Amino acid sequence: MGSADEVNVKEGVEEETVEAVKSLGEKYKYGWETDIEMEYAPKGVSEDIVKLISEKNDEPTWMLDWRLQAFRRWEQMVEPDWALIDYPKIDFQDIYYYARPKSMEEKPKSLDEVDPKLLATYEKLGIPLKEQMILAGVEGAEDTPAEGRKVAVDAVFDSVSVGTTFQAELKKAGVIFCSISEAIKEHPELVQQYLGTVVPQTDNFYATLNSAVFSDGSFVYIPPGTKCPMELSTYFRINAENTGQFERTLIIADKGAYVSYLEGCTAPQRDTAQLHAAVVELVLLEDAEIKYSTVQNWFPGDEEGKGGIYNFVTKRADCRGDRSKVMWTQVETGSAVTWKYPSCILRGDESQGEFYSIAITNNYQQADTGTKMVHLGKDTRSRIVSKGISAGRAQNTYRGLVSMHPRAQNSRNYTQCDSLLIGDQCGAHTVPYIEVKNNSSRVEHEATTSKVDDEQMFYCQSRGMGEEEAVALIVNGFAKEVLQALPMEFAMEAQQLVAISLEGSVG
Amino acid sequence: MLNIKGLKVKLEEEDKTILKGVDLEVPAGMVHAIMGPNGSGKSTLSYVLSGRSGYEVTGGTATLDGVDLLDMAPEERAAAGLFLAFQYPVEIPGVGNMTFLRTAVNAQRKMRGEDDLSATDFLKTIRAKAKALKIDAEMLKRPVNVGFSGGEKKRNEILQMAMLEPKMCILDETDSGLDVDAMKLVSEGVNALRDEGRSFLVITHYQRLLDHIKPDVVHILARGRIVKSGGPELALEVENNGYSDILAEVA
Repeated sequence: MGSADEVNVKEGVEEETVEAVKSLGEKYKYGWETDIEMEYAPKGVSEDIVKLISEKNDEPTWMLDWRLQAFRRWEQMVEPDWALIDYPKIDFQDIYYYARPKSMEEKPKSLDEVDPKLLATYEKLGIPLKEQMILAGVEGAEDTPAEGRKVAVDAVFDSVSVGTTFQAELKKAGVIFCSISEAIKEHPELVQQYLGTVVPQTDNFYATLNSAVFSDGSFVYIPPGTKCPMELSTYFRINAENTGQFERTLIIADKGAYVSYLEGCTAPQRDTAQLHAAVVELVLLEDAEIKYSTVQNWFPGDEEGKGGIYNFVTKRADCRGDRSKVMWTQVETGSAVTWKYPSCILRGDESQGEFYSIAITNNYQQADTGTKMVHLGKDTRSRIVSKGISAGRAQNTYRGLVSMHPRAQNSRNYTQCDSLLIGDQCGAHTVPYIEVKNNSSRVEHEATTSKVDDEQMFYCQSRGMGEEEAVALIVNGFAKEVLQALPMEFAMEAQQLVAISLEGSVG
Repeated sequence: MLNIKGLKVKLEEEDKTILKGVDLEVPAGMVHAIMGPNGSGKSTLSYVLSGRSGYEVTGGTATLDGVDLLDMAPEERAAAGLFLAFQYPVEIPGVGNMTFLRTAVNAQRKMRGEDDLSATDFLKTIRAKAKALKIDAEMLKRPVNVGFSGGEKKRNEILQMAMLEPKMCILDETDSGLDVDAMKLVSEGVNALRDEGRSFLVITHYQRLLDHIKPDVVHILARGRIVKSGGPELALEVENNGYSDILAEVA
């Protein structure tokens, strides 16, 4: 990718990264909270709470029944403990499962009716909900079109979706992009057909809990042969204290459809931990393609490891159709605890799954993350590139499964897991599981662990860069293959995040 | 320009003294060469001046235009105008050569309170300077020093020097690992940078580099001290007779 350097050399990129590093009195820059009157359901989870959430969302009976089924199942389940993460026991009855701004009691009919405080919140996060062009903002880019690019945004604030932009324009293209609560009402046939078919209600402890209590999330349907005319994006914000966020995302790419979807997350800085248990389901029919990118920057806890988000997320793509293709890209810099394995079920023949991940852990953060590539169809391909960066006293684990089923003849996987250690009190772990049940498939695995090297640091410093800047540069280089897989605007944001999240990790 | 007085340096981890009182003065616009047998402390001198960790200064001073170098962080020394061309340039995977240089140039400008160089100006400048060193666009995009040949690495060091425009350039065995053609290119690059406001300290084992980069003064560093200084003819003497005569003379 010859243009990558050009991208880096552009105006406004490195300056901002440097700015971001320098201007850090406060380390987590999204740690403020919005003072807004909230409406809560009582603490704890029970059938009544499930009913209440369903009622608040004005749901049809089939949805409530589905939730209750999940809830009853969840009551029988035990929290998993196999991941390499250590956290105090979560009291599931001490969490609010539903919180929404009072002003959202009446669903606003358009963005003009949304509480200005909420709009200001997203503005402050750099996510303008006004429909506007997101300018690439970089000059000298030879391969950037002169006109700006549009990004449609769905904003989720605690338990509810605040608004979705560009809906009219998307509708013209036949694309449905709305909150999942809206989809349940407006497009019940699609929701009923696909919800829970990729991540079943019974899948795992957190996914089952999510199935019972999810309050909102995003829904996307791209009709056959349609290339979604703009990037779609959801921005999740946890604001209320002691509140869990349980969002549910369902994306369906019909035959030959294409969509690029971005997801961003932040939360206020508090000294009590908060739970986030989301489920994302992607359905791909024949020749469909989905690019799903995440920049996860939930509050990671403070330097002593107090507070932060516990992030237990189930993300899975089902490549049902032949030649379908899914690409997961994630930049994980936040959360106190991350438990997340975006996976690909490669069911269709010649379907492809890709997973690009950067997980950065600093201070007392813990991440156990990776992917599952389940090859069911013939001639399926998967590629895993995982970069773990640990600093402070953090622990970072890559856990991955590559499974070649008997029918998955001539399938291939390539896995590359690299770990970078900054300092001597952090840890990196690689746990690859490989199962091959046919003799024509090929699986390759490479793993490396390295340290940010003193020679490299001195070389950068002797050229005039400060320590933080040098680390950010070296780490960005280490993570480049993954950053390259991100849409351009996100790549820049991610580079800055890398710098910010490693602030204070050297010297 | 560069003023070193009674500089004593030991290794931080071991009780081993390497520099035992080095006195050296390089006035503005001059090229001084330092020659000396292996283990005499040549590289140590260049590292200590540029601020690499692992060394402890136990005595003496080093100033650049009157400013104390030894008290500064490496990046501050760079911003103050000191540059070290490494004997073994370091590889930085995934970081484009151009990105690296632009980050460095702007970091120094910022430290000096200057505005960033605009993308356009930067590109224009680097393209012109790279051309003179026969560094093509491809090499500017490749990750810093990764997979570069010995000659490419050294030319890249000189390109960095040309872009950063330091006052005081230290070249640490820049001729090592170079064939004749590469040495010519590198020397031309260095000579093009010679001017009355800029000084050079050229560390080398061999006289042949000094055929290309003509020094004003040659110093012999041995056993941690400058034992003899003279004109360019001193380098020829070393080339012909080795160090033993000189060492015997001063012993």
